[in-house]
Amino acid sequence: MIPAAFEYVAPTTVEEALQALAEHGAAGDDVKILAGGQSLLPVLRMRLNAPEWVVDLSRIPSLRGVRDGGDHLVIGAMTTHDAVGHDPLVHEHALLLTKAVTHLADAQVRHRGTFGGALAHADPAGDVGAPALALDASFVIAGPGGSRTVPAGEFFVDIFETAIGEDEILTEVHIPKHTGWGAHYEKFVRVAHQWPIVAVAASVRLDGDTIAEARVGLTNMGSTPLRATAVEEALVGRPATEDAVREAAAHAADGANPPTDLNGGADYRRHLATVLTGRAVLAAAGRNGTRVPG
Amino acid sequence: MTRINLTVDGQQVADDVEPRMLLVQYLRERLGKTGTVIGCDTSNCGACTVHLDGTSVKSCNVLAVQADGSEITTIEGLAQNGRLHPVQEAFRECHGLQCGFCTPGMIMQSIDLLNNNPHPSEEAIRLGLEGNLCRCTGYHNIVKAVQHAAEATSSQHAEGVGA
Amino acid sequence: MTATQDPGVATPTAEIGRDRRRKEDQRLITGRTRWTDNLTLPGMLHLAMVRSPFPHARIASIDTSAAKQSTNVVAVYTGADLAESQGACINAWPVVTDQVTPDHLPMPADRVAFAGETVAVVVARSAAEARDAAELVEVEYDELPAALDLKEAAAADSDNGVLAHPDLGTNVSAVWTFDSAEAGTGSDVEEAIAQAREDGIVIEREYRQQRLIPAFMEPRSVVVDPTGEQITMWSATQIPHILRFALAATTGVPESKIRVIAPDVGGGFGGKLQQTPEEMIAFAVARMLGKPVKFTETRSESLMTAHHGRDQWQRLTLAATKDGTVTGLKVDLLADLGAYVAIVGGGVPVLGAFMFNAIYKFPAYRFTTRNILTNKTWTDAYRGAGRPEATYAVERLMDELAAELGVDPLEVREKNWIKHDEFPFTTVAGMEYDSGNYEAATARAKEMIGYDELRAEQRERRERGDRVQLGIGVSTFTEMCGLAPSRILGQLNYGAGGWEHAEVRMLATGKVEVVTGASAHGQGHETAFSQIVADRLGVPFEDVEVLHGDTQVSHKGLDTYGSRSLVVGGEALVRAVDKVIEKARPIAAHLLEASIDDLEFAQGSFTVRGTDQGLPITEIATAVFASHNLPDGVESSLDSEATYDPVNFNFPHGTHLCAVEVDTETGQIKMRKYACCDDIGNIINPLIVAGQVHGGLVQGIAQALWEEAVYDENGTLVTGSFVDYLLPTAADTISFDIDHTTSPSTTNTLGTKGVGEAGTIASTPAVVNAVVDAIRHLGVNDIQMPCTPERVWRAIHSRSDGGGETAGAAAPHFDPSTGMSGTVDRAEGGAQ
Repeated sequence: MIPAAFEYVAPTTVEEALQALAEHGAAGDDVKILAGGQSLLPVLRMRLNAPEWVVDLSRIPSLRGVRDGGDHLVIGAMTTHDAVGHDPLVHEHALLLTKAVTHLADAQVRHRGTFGGALAHADPAGDVGAPALALDASFVIAGPGGSRTVPAGEFFVDIFETAIGEDEILTEVHIPKHTGWGAHYEKFVRVAHQWPIVAVAASVRLDGDTIAEARVGLTNMGSTPLRATAVEEALVGRPATEDAVREAAAHAADGANPPTDLNGGADYRRHLATVLTGRAVLAAAGRNGTRVPG
Repeated sequence: MTRINLTVDGQQVADDVEPRMLLVQYLRERLGKTGTVIGCDTSNCGACTVHLDGTSVKSCNVLAVQADGSEITTIEGLAQNGRLHPVQEAFRECHGLQCGFCTPGMIMQSIDLLNNNPHPSEEAIRLGLEGNLCRCTGYHNIVKAVQHAAEATSSQHAEGVGA
Repeated sequence: MTATQDPGVATPTAEIGRDRRRKEDQRLITGRTRWTDNLTLPGMLHLAMVRSPFPHARIASIDTSAAKQSTNVVAVYTGADLAESQGACINAWPVVTDQVTPDHLPMPADRVAFAGETVAVVVARSAAEARDAAELVEVEYDELPAALDLKEAAAADSDNGVLAHPDLGTNVSAVWTFDSAEAGTGSDVEEAIAQAREDGIVIEREYRQQRLIPAFMEPRSVVVDPTGEQITMWSATQIPHILRFALAATTGVPESKIRVIAPDVGGGFGGKLQQTPEEMIAFAVARMLGKPVKFTETRSESLMTAHHGRDQWQRLTLAATKDGTVTGLKVDLLADLGAYVAIVGGGVPVLGAFMFNAIYKFPAYRFTTRNILTNKTWTDAYRGAGRPEATYAVERLMDELAAELGVDPLEVREKNWIKHDEFPFTTVAGMEYDSGNYEAATARAKEMIGYDELRAEQRERRERGDRVQLGIGVSTFTEMCGLAPSRILGQLNYGAGGWEHAEVRMLATGKVEVVTGASAHGQGHETAFSQIVADRLGVPFEDVEVLHGDTQVSHKGLDTYGSRSLVVGGEALVRAVDKVIEKARPIAAHLLEASIDDLEFAQGSFTVRGTDQGLPITEIATAVFASHNLPDGVESSLDSEATYDPVNFNFPHGTHLCAVEVDTETGQIKMRKYACCDDIGNIINPLIVAGQVHGGLVQGIAQALWEEAVYDENGTLVTGSFVDYLLPTAADTISFDIDHTTSPSTTNTLGTKGVGEAGTIASTPAVVNAVVDAIRHLGVNDIQMPCTPERVWRAIHSRSDGGGETAGAAAPHFDPSTGMSGTVDRAEGGAQ
């Protein structure tokens, strides 16, 4: 319950933060970045990790907030889930994110936990990875040599591993505007406070009754969030009907390698992915009132 | 050791703390605010919920140093001049507690919930309390207590307007 | 013959039956609480435990040198260091005289028998420093094979398989049998089964009672202060009195030198009915160092080491005639005790032995439990303790019988249950049920849930082949509680009695102090007992102060468990109050200058019959305090005490109905409605009763749907935190519809019955019956608990695909390796 001792620094600018990382990293110390802390602090309390330094980003104002970047939204990495969930720009241009963070963890965690922190933590069962991936987010990463932008497809590397280097900080996430798209995040859990067993993030643009474009991301179906491109392709040009959508959704688990654990075997998760994808897409298209019970 | 200054239940306090000290430990061990309790080590149970600058947080999931400069309200800071907060009153009225261990966190989260949504549906109440575990009540009377508090608060407001 | 009355009719007096808000709440809602972990004493030291990661290992060596040099560490002790002082954890209930009971030292020196067992303790000036140093203790283990699987452990012996304690030569701690033919309470069950195989119906099933964790919200904490002549222990325990006895009995410290205090205790549910190794270690360390010490467990430690509950395999054979009359029930249990026989661990399955026949008139019954030692956390009482397991089995079987007959599950129950005009009724298990009315409770519950409408909807959904199917579950339960008549406990070889003690002190200012030996930890005794005293003594509710949970204040008691506080402790209190009144009577006669025979006591005053002369008992208390004018030979005190030993157990009952929706595509279960009508006799406080029912329901529902303690093949508890041990939240549960019928108990003055465990006992089979009912037409007749979406999905999937059976969806699959074998045997004529 009590973390091992560590040194603590709370820089007020990104430059100071990078400097702290460089300094302590160079000294060979194990350094952890503290964003909202809602995943890191439990790990420290259980002493599953014992860094020598903790660099707290919460006092860097420039990392917070959502702004309009023209054809995309800019979400500061330290913007809380709660702020993302209540942001009108996000609701208008990236509804899928609004839907995904609304039931992420619980209210207290959403008040502290941050959008960038959760993405950088890269838990494949986390609720923001799949929507970010589905919406073609790009990730702005600051490092000693300046900033670089990484596309979503390259950001998630493995379980708890991203393209962010040890001397780097995720500063912003850019979300291309999906204005007017319908969206739904279908999350399957046994109890509410649980990480999703499987979840599906779906956003669609309708042209009349036809699906013009679709984006589908999968949570906890592999070591990283996944994009169900086969489903997306199969949906384009099809009517937003139950039969058509379910047919396309049958491809949801193609190529996925989901885990087996207490909450379900891999085969069950594959099955869930197809069922939930169908439901998520239909709900995103505003075509379906059916929700998974629970 | 790091120097922190904060306000807890209206009282300004200053202390040197180890960076690893959790806010909940600071409240309990340094300030004697033992009304706020620790029920788990994974941030699932919500028993340690307090308000940090007006919103609910799990105080086991915040370092004391992170609370530097903040205003904290605990269960012990709710009653004013001997008058219970309407949500405290509602928990007693509706028997929303038995052993009472989860109660500080439940009450703090219920207040946050009502601050954001003064007229919640039963579903909204249940979802709003998903970060707080109770083992005694089966939640039935906790939900009733929050509904009761919402009604009591709105009728108070109505009376206020009428007067 | 029992008259069923409307609630409240039997209790016309002012306080009893009133929904008083609880006295306890003011401190709890304002945070002015006294949890054990809140305590800080001058110079207090903190303990951290070093625990074995292995389920079974020899301790080769322990190097404490680095830990001892760590900042602010005062001492580090191993089992060898505490060998002389630590006492032992006792088993109070050897269920058979030749029970195999492994020695249970709080901190073993040579061998650990479950993962989480303590091998060293670090003592430091702060909890953080103690934990830091605990990481520095180097322990070398020689791993031993571990007995983990219950069935394999049951089949093992010295030559074959793995023994949890190799020196004992067996994993079988005890075999305990009840046979109605031998006991003279019924006929021979084998004959009944043989007859049913000829011309009736035989239902054979094997059910799993998964391992559960009580998961009280307040982690256990203990503070020991050895300062002064007396050693004081504060502990988050349900059993301060029993704990004091155990401390004295096993450490040699005189009982009179030990004071145990259970201050505010945050839930227990049986989980704090234990004398724990941590308490013993803290006691030993405090004595060795002469300093106050504190140990508070983390939640992970609690889940890993505080005793677990349930964990049985149940093999069941039910015999019936073709018209659905049950002719016999045979029960064979395997019960997993874990690594040690806990304080009443071996007795938990035995408590179930008297309840498998439930509310039914079974003519023949045989029960056997084999209590098995394994290298897992010890098991013991968890809300219901033996009775939920029994109720689950019989209520599942009655549904299976109904399905076999093609009739409504309530119909087959009614055919077999004891009718309301047959009470008192002596059951095939030898229990005398004093009162009840199963017809009335069932009729009310059906009305509450809209049973017929739900059945109609279910038919429609089945006919349409809806994706979401509806199931209606039934549980007509009874239980035995109010533990317990001492004489019966003695016959069962229990090491203590079942009485309870109460005192009433009349203070000079008119206030009343009530001392109870029951030890509340959330139940609301302060309120309910105040109501009883207020009514009976005729004093204001607010003037009664209930004291408990401190052996120095309440010197005598047997604590709180088994729904005993009201029906046993409340009766003791009634008797103590009556003694006060009788002590006051001659004084009243003297002061009123009246004949004692002309006095009446009502509404708190003695009055002289036929006059308007009267004297409140509180004024008599003041007069006794002064003692200026007492009759000759009368003691200068009204204070009274009573110890009450119950004459019988207590038998609440009820009908619980549950409607669930099952998503056949995903296996997800959604509860739609839950209605129950419980008969708990007369009610002291309806508000508190409702709370007990609601909370009990959710714990029972949680067994059906969510909770399970799971070990991996290395003996590690996989569900070792609240991330994986799934407690439901408000978002996972619904609001309940509860009501009562009232058949007052005839064995206590107030006519009350226990309510603490009823909801938990009743709800589990109601929910599982509902789940199975929703998908029975798809070929499913069982889902192993917890009914996870995956298990439900696999059950449906394997059947509709015509595939093989899976673990969750099997017809009986008795495992020959356990000595259990058998087949499904449906005599012709059984309809599916």
